[in-house]
Amino acid sequence: MAGASSALQSKRAIGKATRDAFGRALEALGGDYPNVVVVDADVSNSTRTEWFGKKFPDRFFNIGIAESNLVGIAGGLASCGKTPVIASFAAFILCNAYDQLRMAVAYPKLNVKVVGSHAGISIGEDGASQMGIEDVSLACSLPGFVVVVTADEASTRAATKAILDYQGPVYLRTGRPDVPKVYTDEQAPFTIGKANVLREGSDVSIIAYGLMVASALDAADELAGKGIEARVIDMHTIKPLDREAVLAAARETGAIVVAEEHLAHGGLGSVVAMAIAEAQPVPIRYVNLNDSFGESGSPEALLEKYGLTASRVVEAAEAAVLAKKA
Amino acid sequence: MPANLEELKQRAKAIRIEILKSTTEAGSGHPSSSMSAAEVVTALYFGGFMNYDPKQPHWPDRDRFILSKGHAAPVLYAAMAEAGYFPKDQLMTLRKLGSPLEGHPNMKRLPGIEASTGSLGQGLSIGVGHALAARVDGKSYHTYVMTGDGELGQGQIWEAAASAAKYKLENLTCIVDRNHFQQTGAAEDVLNMDPIDGKFAAFGWHTQVINGNDMNEVVTALERVRAVKGQPTCIVSLTHKGQGMLKLLEKLGDTNFHGKPMKPQDLDEAIAEVEASA
Repeated sequence: MAGASSALQSKRAIGKATRDAFGRALEALGGDYPNVVVVDADVSNSTRTEWFGKKFPDRFFNIGIAESNLVGIAGGLASCGKTPVIASFAAFILCNAYDQLRMAVAYPKLNVKVVGSHAGISIGEDGASQMGIEDVSLACSLPGFVVVVTADEASTRAATKAILDYQGPVYLRTGRPDVPKVYTDEQAPFTIGKANVLREGSDVSIIAYGLMVASALDAADELAGKGIEARVIDMHTIKPLDREAVLAAARETGAIVVAEEHLAHGGLGSVVAMAIAEAQPVPIRYVNLNDSFGESGSPEALLEKYGLTASRVVEAAEAAVLAKKA
Repeated sequence: MPANLEELKQRAKAIRIEILKSTTEAGSGHPSSSMSAAEVVTALYFGGFMNYDPKQPHWPDRDRFILSKGHAAPVLYAAMAEAGYFPKDQLMTLRKLGSPLEGHPNMKRLPGIEASTGSLGQGLSIGVGHALAARVDGKSYHTYVMTGDGELGQGQIWEAAASAAKYKLENLTCIVDRNHFQQTGAAEDVLNMDPIDGKFAAFGWHTQVINGNDMNEVVTALERVRAVKGQPTCIVSLTHKGQGMLKLLEKLGDTNFHGKPMKPQDLDEAIAEVEASA
């Protein structure tokens, strides 16, 4: 293993962490987006907004360790026509400042980009207190918010530009470790609310976001060896959900697996289940953190222990296919 | 700057009467928390301190007023109606379905409202955001934020105070409506935050303590703010909750009167007391 941040077993080439890709993209886009201002709660060297701050010091404010104030200030800046980007650990910005996100951003529907880094158990050794594992659920519960989780470096670059072009509140989740490349450096299609079908298949659909997309692709390879053809969907936008892609998956493959580095409740699994239960009920299986906090350990060991691996996706897919036949 | 004191006093009275009428018509609301702030809000809107244009509520160079104590919305609505943001008769739609005059201010429904408030402790941070935006854009507008005194129990207020001092926001003024009561009792008993001016001063703010129900002191304090450079200003505005109807509140046996409208049968007496006040 090449160090704690080198991630995650995959046959794919390892790219940069999504937080790095976000930080570089923000820095690169800063010149073209003069309304962008960054407010930081003293974690810019973790969230990578420091690169923007160094290049555009007049548009960068470090207001200290105070997420509630951070979100309120962002609401004020957005009211004055700025496009504030605020980043902190996913656990802190969503959990500590939830009322502020509700009142100062969501309720007036302001153009604030909220970025939660260090999401999921894949941050590793720092342990449960630092791991955002409920952020997607909380962000989805903010009326009017768009919720995005990217799978790799290239898609994060594309998503960063897309959310700056979008008018309205957005939550973007990023991660700490370097992750496998899902897209080529040049080509990462990204439209808010439009899922990417990465692999076609007719037996089962694996719907995933974040680092579970690479695991889903690995799982699909393994499933093919067992005669099961899996469709793999990168559901990078959890809200608004691409219902068309979900319903097509249910209709055309008859079985669904949802894989996410998140608690069971309120995550993509819940959202997909709601959509298909209403319109196209088919067997569905879940790969997620169920109902538990993480702990300290290497990212690989944690993903293994908590069942966020390609082999668990394979098992879930087989179970879903079996349920379809029952 | 005119600040005809007599005229301002009369406007404050008119605003108090609108507060009473609109909350009684609504059958709910916070008239006493609104009436304590009538002089300050009147002076800001009509004393020549704020540049605004009711015809262009989103004019980028306007001065801003953020009512962090959102439950006092009736005082803001009454001032805005007086200023011409909407017709005065609309005040009687307060809190009714379909009205932009919601129970707490909603910036998406009522142009001229600068922040949606009602969850206490957040307005000063939003004001810091406005003040920072002015700096980034090289604009000279001023942002005024009014908080309650009980609201100072929210830690976010002090996060905002520290950040405003760090960035030397001389274009930001926080006015604490120190009316001495919060929901269940005296602010000092629920959570004593004295000395309020001392706390803001310790964070690096210029501070003033005034009688906030004395129009002369209010106007003088707001004039002084303009001379302050390199730091934000906090005005601790000592007021009475329900100012203008204190005798009636005493008679009713409730000097706090939090979150209650005047009953229709007492409304005339309340208005008469306001009219008779100095």
